[in-house]
Amino acid sequence: MKIQIKNGRVIDPKHGLDTHADVYIAAGKIAAIGDAPKGFQANRVIDASGCIVCPGLVDLAARLREPGFEYKATLESEMDAACAGGITSLACPPDTDPPLDEPGLVEMLKFRAQNLNQAHVYPIGALTQKLEGARLTEMAELRDAGCVGFSQADAAITDTQVLVRALEYAATFGFTVWLRPQDAYLAKGGVAHDGFVATRLGLPAIPASAETVALATILLLVKETGASVHLCRLSAAESLAMVRRAKSDGLKVSCDVGINHLHLTEMDIGYFDPNYHLIPPLRGLRDRDAIRAALADGTVDALCSDHTPVDEDGKQMPFGESEPGATGLELLLPLTLKWAREHHVALPDALARITLHPAQILGLNAGHLGVGQAADVCVFNPETQWIVAASALKSQGKNTPFLGYEMQGKVRATLVDGHVVFEG
Amino acid sequence: MSPNPQLNKDGGLRHLLTIDGLPRAILTHILDTAESFITVSEQEVKKVPLLRGKAIFNLFFEPSTRTRTTFEIAAKRLSADVINLNINASSQSKGETLLDTVDNLSAMQADMFVVRHAQSGAAHMIARHVAPHIHVVNAGDGRHAHPTQGLLDVFTIRKYKGEFHNLRVAIVGDVLHSRVARSQIHALTTLGVPEVRVIAPKTLLPTAVEQMGVQVYHDMGQGLKDVDVVIMLRLQNERMRGALLPSAQEYFKYYGLTPDKLAHAHPDAIVMHPGPMNRGVEIDSAVADGKQSVILPQVTYGIAVRMAVMSILAGN
Repeated sequence: MKIQIKNGRVIDPKHGLDTHADVYIAAGKIAAIGDAPKGFQANRVIDASGCIVCPGLVDLAARLREPGFEYKATLESEMDAACAGGITSLACPPDTDPPLDEPGLVEMLKFRAQNLNQAHVYPIGALTQKLEGARLTEMAELRDAGCVGFSQADAAITDTQVLVRALEYAATFGFTVWLRPQDAYLAKGGVAHDGFVATRLGLPAIPASAETVALATILLLVKETGASVHLCRLSAAESLAMVRRAKSDGLKVSCDVGINHLHLTEMDIGYFDPNYHLIPPLRGLRDRDAIRAALADGTVDALCSDHTPVDEDGKQMPFGESEPGATGLELLLPLTLKWAREHHVALPDALARITLHPAQILGLNAGHLGVGQAADVCVFNPETQWIVAASALKSQGKNTPFLGYEMQGKVRATLVDGHVVFEG
Repeated sequence: MSPNPQLNKDGGLRHLLTIDGLPRAILTHILDTAESFITVSEQEVKKVPLLRGKAIFNLFFEPSTRTRTTFEIAAKRLSADVINLNINASSQSKGETLLDTVDNLSAMQADMFVVRHAQSGAAHMIARHVAPHIHVVNAGDGRHAHPTQGLLDVFTIRKYKGEFHNLRVAIVGDVLHSRVARSQIHALTTLGVPEVRVIAPKTLLPTAVEQMGVQVYHDMGQGLKDVDVVIMLRLQNERMRGALLPSAQEYFKYYGLTPDKLAHAHPDAIVMHPGPMNRGVEIDSAVADGKQSVILPQVTYGIAVRMAVMSILAGN
């Protein structure tokens, strides 16, 4: 199958490419950009007039809900959603049921995903058995089964000695540990940021210190153990200042933030709307602005969807009892574009945060359009406007704070390994 | 953010979920209406036919005697049919969701739900869900709001003090966990009380309480100085010893309202308490039963205020 994507604006952050050119794909790989290879006869031409052609998106956190939570979402529905969102590689956290703490589970997930022939799925293995924060998993075995990193997802490790051992053991093999800093005691029972909104609504609160205290511990232990750590879903302004200092001190850390926290604050909870019940909680305006600035200045390496489909029963509850999380695969691109427009970030820089940088964090040769590279490509129209509605989302989870919002930017086509997996 | 979910499109009261965001005119209208119901309660035949034929469901997902009883009496004095449901004992334990319960009761031709629930925001959720003709009264949701209590408290203050614009009011105790305190603060500030104080140790105050328009004190002597109204809050048993407070004894010594501490307030100050009281923990019996106490009149006025709220909602 030979495909020509013509008349598009090709943006490839890795190679500093931003030009109007045609992209030629043959045998599942990028054959050329610009001039056609000799004798190239396209079987299929995709007209990308008015569109941007960029590397397929790489999402660092997408819960596919398998195994265990098939009533919330299935691999089929969520992979469809990923493709519709222009995502060609995604990492999934280990908080399935059972958690991804055994090689067999990881192999099954990889096998199921491969059979669907859509986006590439990269499981993050559980750092401790059953995510209980007590016994380490067989990390090397899990790596052989396909895990690209190890994490506790949203379960905290309360025993700091276990955390040290986990970092040391992972560092032995050169594995990256993914941690969302959260002090389990400071966050206990909380459902909203400890600020004015939680005060007024009488919601049990999670202070920013629940994140910063845990982050301080992690940063000190990274220094001590030499472990490689990726920090997930930072939400507080002070956390970003700490990461900025740690990076300038030469610590081996990277970090990401989620799309909801890039745009929303505690004020958006309004009258207890459970779609705004997220982990970590939406914080104050100052925190939101710090996140936007840190993503622009490189303190934050990547932006992720933190995709968490929740079924309607899980959200049709009083705020504090509702299940936290938001669907996000189909919003990653438009919310990145929204930030870029509002924060005056050049499009190639913005796209790097959802393509090249997350690929680097995952240690993948992906997220770019080098010749000879697997043809994972996203073609999107940056001007198309659409309204976020349940019917507009392929994900089984319709839960998002952005329901009813107008988005700008929509995927026209997604290619994985040179196959068209989505056309809109 | 969506428009105020308690108001209909003409700005009238459709549900009573919280005092936060209600205009002063609506509060004053409720208080004035309650005034007219005081006489009903004093008649030999304590009934008016305003809600005849209406079905009011008391939906209590959390145990309560006093609030449920006063709502029941208020509804009966308005000639409504009242059905009491203590739900933690029945359907919730069978796995029925909150909204399933509400749907089932709606199908029984309910006109009004009076809801108490342990989760902040539960009444808002029910109000969002019910058919347009059904009214929801929040009888206490988590730590969030207890609007009829807030209203009966300002009604009591108006009875004894006449005006709001020249008052100093102190609220003492566990503001952090108190829906009553939040509703009182909104009611007092909306009605124009120029100085609302909260007095408590730091462990019992929410982070951003100043932003609700109150002044924070940690010392009873300073906080009570020259106040016209002292409102004591109930301290829940489970909070008396642990990481919030070391002991009930120490709490009483520093924050319990005794005649000595009350002497810092204005000589005409009234003392209020939403009940039920912990004598010897947050309040000394000499004060609770003393001549400055208006704790029992609060209970009586609570019926008139709840009659006012239900009749206004049913009329809109």
